[in-house]
Amino acid sequence: MLKRISHTFIHVLDQDEALDFYVGKLGMVVHTDADLGVMRFLTVNLPDQPDVELVLMLPGPPAYDDATAAEIRELVTKGAAGGGVIFATDDCRATYESLRAAGVEFTQEPTERFYGTDCALRDPFGNPVRFTQPPEGPIVVPSAEELSAQS
Amino acid sequence: MSHAIEDRNRRMLRTRDTMDLAFAQPLDVPALARVAHVSPAHFSRQFRATFGETPHRYLQRRRVERAMELLRETDRPVTEICLAVGFNSLGTFTRTFREIVGEPPSAYRARFVGDGAALRVPACWAMAWLRPAG
Repeated sequence: MLKRISHTFIHVLDQDEALDFYVGKLGMVVHTDADLGVMRFLTVNLPDQPDVELVLMLPGPPAYDDATAAEIRELVTKGAAGGGVIFATDDCRATYESLRAAGVEFTQEPTERFYGTDCALRDPFGNPVRFTQPPEGPIVVPSAEELSAQS
Repeated sequence: MSHAIEDRNRRMLRTRDTMDLAFAQPLDVPALARVAHVSPAHFSRQFRATFGETPHRYLQRRRVERAMELLRETDRPVTEICLAVGFNSLGTFTRTFREIVGEPPSAYRARFVGDGAALRVPACWAMAWLRPAG
């Protein structure tokens, strides 16, 4: 039986620049940085979630020939590569403000939606990133008056 | 060569994101060209080469898509929605809406009356997939 998602992959155009963003700006940490000779296997995770790794893949040989890698790079920079990350946050506005102060450019300001409050940005390469704060739960604590009326 | 294309794509994506964010504001080619750091003369051509349509058309479709959402999910008057999504005349709005959607705003809204439920998808998904196609 499948248990959970442990790794997810996105294409980046430069792994050091990706670290500047995902670690330096967003506050993730490096999980694995392995030089495999033919490629650098680089993954990051959120500090509170070490068992979910985001793999920062550089498209190129030998996995992809140069022409294919160039096509992937074109799609990433068009925002059309299909990858992306949605992060859950407990305070969308505060996250937005602090990252904006750190020079991160947003594509959508925090906005109230039926599913919570969220905002959007892109990583330096074009991959979409979102921060979503879930709405308050549907649990409604009855007031003292309501409780006494029931008894 | 491919790096030049990537750089151009990224600049054009930035202007498209700007249209998605600031569609309600009066955006014109010189303003968007400044976002892309390219000359106005090159901007429209480069945008079209990247995304397959002119920035003007993209912005029209974005505004119409936002209007469609407001028509479906609010009861604000059509005139107010027209202005809220960045059109400055009801005539242009109605004509553009009809041309893109195939029916005028009031008829589109009538098909959704009583429905009113928000779409159960993230906003980025809705904006990418529900923009009316050409």
